[in-house]
Amino acid sequence: MAAHEQYLLHLADNALILGQRNAEWCGHGPVLEEDLALANNSLDLIGQARLLYQRVGALRNDGKTSEDLLAYFRNEPEFRNYTLLEIAHSTALTPTAAGDRDYAVTIARNFLFSALMVLVWDALKTSTDQELAAIASKSLKEAQYHLRHSRDWLIKLGDGTDVSHARMQAALDHLMPYTQEFWTPSPMEAAAVRTGAGVDNKTLQASWNAIVDEAIAEATLKRPAAGGYVTTGKLGVHSEHMGFVLAEMQSLARAHPEAVW
Amino acid sequence: MSTPALKEWPLWEVFVRSKQGLEHKHCGSLHAADAPQALQMARDVYTRRQEGVSIWVVPSASISASAPEDKDAMFDPSADKIYRHPTFYDIPDEVGHM
Repeated sequence: MAAHEQYLLHLADNALILGQRNAEWCGHGPVLEEDLALANNSLDLIGQARLLYQRVGALRNDGKTSEDLLAYFRNEPEFRNYTLLEIAHSTALTPTAAGDRDYAVTIARNFLFSALMVLVWDALKTSTDQELAAIASKSLKEAQYHLRHSRDWLIKLGDGTDVSHARMQAALDHLMPYTQEFWTPSPMEAAAVRTGAGVDNKTLQASWNAIVDEAIAEATLKRPAAGGYVTTGKLGVHSEHMGFVLAEMQSLARAHPEAVW
Repeated sequence: MSTPALKEWPLWEVFVRSKQGLEHKHCGSLHAADAPQALQMARDVYTRRQEGVSIWVVPSASISASAPEDKDAMFDPSADKIYRHPTFYDIPDEVGHM
């Protein structure tokens, strides 16, 4: 059961951390409509995380595991999200990681991740964990919209001006190596596949490649090679960005435990 | 929020049909580069609270509107013709509520 719990936390942490990252655009979006679109995206993701944390709480059944405990009172090595989802909205073209968010990075990341999640949620609809199967059915519709939104912008910016094309390409070049983590095996995923609760991402890779290649071609961009260092966020070994994400996300809840408003 | 989009993107009028409603109702406008994008933005801006099940977007430039200064000539003549309202008929009970 511990492995299954880790798998649920992996799915939940992916959603929570990307939701937290995308929420940074709230009030700072390039246009009002996109500001709302990104806030909607974040609320979808945080909603998915909540359902998955509640499922973990129900499985532990220890009377103290709540979604807040899992989101706000776990430390960095206990988070199981892909490193891709925790890094800042910046590339080599961006002067500073903290202050200068690049919308191209936001779009490219949402595209690469939601292209995976439409396949993952679709496969998890038949999970042997029936609660997880129900969460997957709900989340699939949200992921489909996230994919549509990010894919459209990928194409608009890629096939746009010289500047937007260059920035979109830089974002893809920057992020593509992190997608290697989607496909590397891990004990928790192997265990989830054995029990039929989880999906083997390797079986989704060809479909993911097709989605990504088609969109990149339409955007007149070049698909960069995904080589180099393979990140290990899902094993709890994160990048230097993760601590900052957690500090911002968790500090209020830790300063005022059990506060309500 | 810097908004070069306000200059470069055309304006669209948004119409949303609610679950109960039969017709699309005008609910606002937004700037978008093209029709598919206008639809998505309308979804994100105007249907976040389950307001709708269907959206239309129309380029604002395509709408021909009556001029405000023509208001008197166009609409005042109907003000004293209350007989155009079908309120002078006796409706048989069997018809029920109309």
